[in-house]
Amino acid sequence: MCDGLTITQTQTTLILNFQGEFSIYKIAQYEKALESVHFKPSICVELDLNLLTYMDTSAAIFLNTFSAKLNSKNITTRYNCNNNALLDTLKLTKNHTLIDQKKIKPKKTLLEQIGKINYNNFLGLLDFFAFLGKLFSTKLHLIRNFSSIRHKEIAFEINESAIKSLGIVALTSFLIGLVVAYQGAYQLKIYGANIFIVDMLGISILRELAPIITAIVIAGRSGSAYTAQIGAMKITQELDAMRTMGFDPYLFLVLPRILALMIMMPILIFVSDIMGVVGGMIVANVDLDITVNMFLDRFLIAIDIKHFYVGIFKGPFFAFLIATIAIYRGMAVKDDTQSIGKNTTKSVVESIFAVIMCDAIFSIIFTNLGI
Amino acid sequence: MSIISVKNIVTKFGNSLVHDGLNLEINEGEIYGLLGPSGCGKTTLLREMVMLQEYSSGSINILGYNLNNLHHSDAQSLRRQWGVLFQSGALFSSLTLAENIALGLDEYTDLNKKMKEEIVSFKINLVGLKQSDAKLYPSQISGGMKKKAALARALALDPKLLFLDEPTSGLDPISARDFDSLILKLRELLGLSIVMVSHDLKSIYDTLDKIAVIDNKKIIYEGSLKNIKDETSEFIQTFFKANL
Repeated sequence: MCDGLTITQTQTTLILNFQGEFSIYKIAQYEKALESVHFKPSICVELDLNLLTYMDTSAAIFLNTFSAKLNSKNITTRYNCNNNALLDTLKLTKNHTLIDQKKIKPKKTLLEQIGKINYNNFLGLLDFFAFLGKLFSTKLHLIRNFSSIRHKEIAFEINESAIKSLGIVALTSFLIGLVVAYQGAYQLKIYGANIFIVDMLGISILRELAPIITAIVIAGRSGSAYTAQIGAMKITQELDAMRTMGFDPYLFLVLPRILALMIMMPILIFVSDIMGVVGGMIVANVDLDITVNMFLDRFLIAIDIKHFYVGIFKGPFFAFLIATIAIYRGMAVKDDTQSIGKNTTKSVVESIFAVIMCDAIFSIIFTNLGI
Repeated sequence: MSIISVKNIVTKFGNSLVHDGLNLEINEGEIYGLLGPSGCGKTTLLREMVMLQEYSSGSINILGYNLNNLHHSDAQSLRRQWGVLFQSGALFSSLTLAENIALGLDEYTDLNKKMKEEIVSFKINLVGLKQSDAKLYPSQISGGMKKKAALARALALDPKLLFLDEPTSGLDPISARDFDSLILKLRELLGLSIVMVSHDLKSIYDTLDKIAVIDNKKIIYEGSLKNIKDETSEFIQTFFKANL
């Protein structure tokens, strides 16, 4: 037997004597003890609660279900209790109905599932187009009423999402320049074509690596921040509050962020260009004995200015993709906290994917144009 | 027997002083109200009692534990003995109401599933929600329902001590009165002790045994409601007289 419960059997009755405190933490223990008891229909079960000092509602529910279970097996039960508070608790817990929590879920066929997923994706795409449409109509409105542009917010966002990320963009680009040069140097040394490191570095960094690295860092750093920020504002109904006060969220929140990134992305790419090339230059100096002067002379001859322009040109496009996807994802946050996490993940993944897609398209266009 | 005793509590946020030496005693089985004007630090005191916020000096004793030097395991067992109802409900938004209420049962007891469902549905009934609401998520229900569900969650483990932060604000008058009678009933049946912050005058008169009024960083009144009208403080005058 366990403490708090003694079971005594007389000829006609089986007495369950509960003592001390009967709380929710004891239910499992008592249940186990009662499982081993054999109840016979001929014997009445008496629940003796006179020695209980305290009983909570969960314990009362347990006693009620226990006696109901016995009753259904034609075993009579009765309470022996002089404490009115305990009886009231028992009565209080008796009058409630059970929830039918079991939802009958119809099984879905594979075809139905595929259809549903695709339809939802399609709806998501329509949503995104609606968002873009609203964005462009706001932009048109802005062009007509140029004075309503939010200078202060744009300046704030420029500082928050671009100036403050200069450090990390510079460091990443520097390391990438270092790594690319180091790998290239090893191959070039074999052929004795040391000086061509400049061509390789210049074209790859200016044209492709700097814009992509910058975009990825910004998507991870500022894009995710946009999504989380706007998502949280949506949950706390700040967006609704803005709307009712007549502040268009597109004008106050969306456009400043997009414009700030579009203005600053080319500058960030420029910094990334410099740091990448510096990284390469150091490796060339140490590993291939190319002095800084030699490196720069060769750079002037070998690298056309168009490569630089191509890289910078991509900036605003990448910035637009990152900012719109991030903000769209923020607006898509539902009313629970989990969807902030889900949408932030989606925002980063989708914007990096979109940037790389866009880069691929630019590659094809520029190659065909002979740039 | 006193279950909560607050001694010389001083709270500072940076340079601003919020509490300047608060003292109060709450006895077992009492429904105790913390009153005062907005921003006087009622909720802050409540948060200090439930270990969500640290005070600068003084001591708080709850159910025999001194909060000043509490071992982690003691703190955990203390947390199981109370229920807290937050002003906005603070339900977990990714769980349904039933899951919210069952969370404590899942984590702290080894009851079987049938028993847990039984307890959850009783608590849902008790606070006046419908059984069909159990499957809904917090984002799908109204503010008043959130409050009721949060109360059901606070009551899930049958705590002996209940902290309520503005329990009746945001409820319709009928639900608010039901809430009052529920609190009285629980106190009568389970010997619950309740500490609440409230602005609802009807609920204050119907339920509270004892009140403490905080104003100007100090407790300006502690005691029963009977003698309150004789007090001369400006807050008490306007709060109690204007509404009578």
